Amino acid sequence: MSDIQIPLDQLQKTCLYHAHVALQAKMSPFAGFMMPIQYSNITQEHLAVRQHVGMFDVSHMGEIFVKGPQAESFINYIFTNDIRGYEPGKVLYGMMCYPDGGTVDDLLVYREYLADHFLLVVNAANIDKDFAWIQEQAKAFDVKLDNASPRIGQIAVQGPEAEKTVIEVLGYKEAADLAFYTFCDVEYNGERLILSRTGYTGEDGFELYTTPENIVEIWDRLLKAGVEPCGLGCRDTLRFEAGLPLYGDELSPEISPVMAGLGMFCKYEKDFIGKEALLDQKAGNLARKLVGIELEDSAIPRAGYPVELEDGTEVGVVTTGYHSISLDKSICFALVDKAYAALDTPLWVHIRKKVFPGKVVKKRFYQTNYKK
Amino acid sequence: MSKILEGLKYSESHEWVKVEGNVAVIGVSDYAQKEMGDITYVDLPEEGDDVLAGEEFGALESVKAASDLISPVSGTVVAVNAELEDTPEKVNEDAYAAWIIKVEMSLPAQVDALMDAAAYKAHIGE
Repeated sequence: MSDIQIPLDQLQKTCLYHAHVALQAKMSPFAGFMMPIQYSNITQEHLAVRQHVGMFDVSHMGEIFVKGPQAESFINYIFTNDIRGYEPGKVLYGMMCYPDGGTVDDLLVYREYLADHFLLVVNAANIDKDFAWIQEQAKAFDVKLDNASPRIGQIAVQGPEAEKTVIEVLGYKEAADLAFYTFCDVEYNGERLILSRTGYTGEDGFELYTTPENIVEIWDRLLKAGVEPCGLGCRDTLRFEAGLPLYGDELSPEISPVMAGLGMFCKYEKDFIGKEALLDQKAGNLARKLVGIELEDSAIPRAGYPVELEDGTEVGVVTTGYHSISLDKSICFALVDKAYAALDTPLWVHIRKKVFPGKVVKKRFYQTNYKK
Repeated sequence: MSKILEGLKYSESHEWVKVEGNVAVIGVSDYAQKEMGDITYVDLPEEGDDVLAGEEFGALESVKAASDLISPVSGTVVAVNAELEDTPEKVNEDAYAAWIIKVEMSLPAQVDALMDAAAYKAHIGE
């Protein structure tokens, strides 16, 4: 996870901070916020999401509204994916890139039910940077921007029992009709609530966006109904197993979507910032690629550990690694020289004083269970 | 409250030492295992390896992080608890039963510089 050095007294707190403290969560700074890492333990929370249902405070995430007659063409200009033809109620994943192809952020774009209205959901650590970037690019477009992050809280309800939970505990029967990566607008206490069938765990699930006051109440109701509170610790193990990148680890100003293997979210039939550089990389002009590596041993490859050939030549670096809870294998993402990125290539990871053999495998380690 | 055994010596980095003649039996404290959470991997040295007081001789890994094991004494590793390779969770179950290595000490007086139970209790603030 990204380590941002901010003095403790300057860290932000989400609307659920007091709920976490009441649950005696282990709290730690993340992305400028004081966040819960775990409540019980990471393994238990991980398995709750894989087998039943768990909930996460993701109120630290950023929400930026974009509206105006040129909103669609503006977003399509700063976004790698192509939102043309996507109906209201659809959600699309993609990145914003710099002209050199480096990644500004990865984000979700929501096409709202009101014409020319969009919502961008961005990473907490990048809110200020993203908003400044978007404002700068927006000068030539007729759009209005609103960084609503402080006014919106978010809970993710994730797991095979997420639909049942949202319907039975919160009464949103609409949940049953939502396909993955779609959303609908509902009300809570007379305020808007965005009910989105999205997530970051590899399981079915929902993300609920509404006012901080509503979020506090909803969290409490879900908790009383027995939904397992889950911290950022298992959010990372879950997303990692599902092959999902974390900005700061697998995407960064130095790591483009093409290097990260996310080319499927870049659409070249339109113009967007970074297109030329990404096309060039796609054609083979790139030094490194993100791969998955599975080790034979159960030693754990961690971010920053060197990836080597048998003779000790360093050819890459681990970006995220765990002993996978769902698979009981030691696996990692690593950025390696492209010559060694093919499936089944033997690679070694240097873990402290020892070197452990492994091989390149597909990055989606865990078979995801999304609702089509 | 973490369990602290009387009669053992403790290091600032939360290893415990039980002196048996010239041999130091080394493990990690109950406080350390609680702080780490579920331990999933123990990186052990080999018999015959030399260890130095204050230097790393292996590591414990939890889901989230690796923690170096620091030797409280200098000497030669005469035994490793190989059982922990397959059952690292034994450190969580009973940190004082799950010894990690045994060291034939080259400078047994180094043990005197370690904390006793009362001093260690104060060190962890419990």
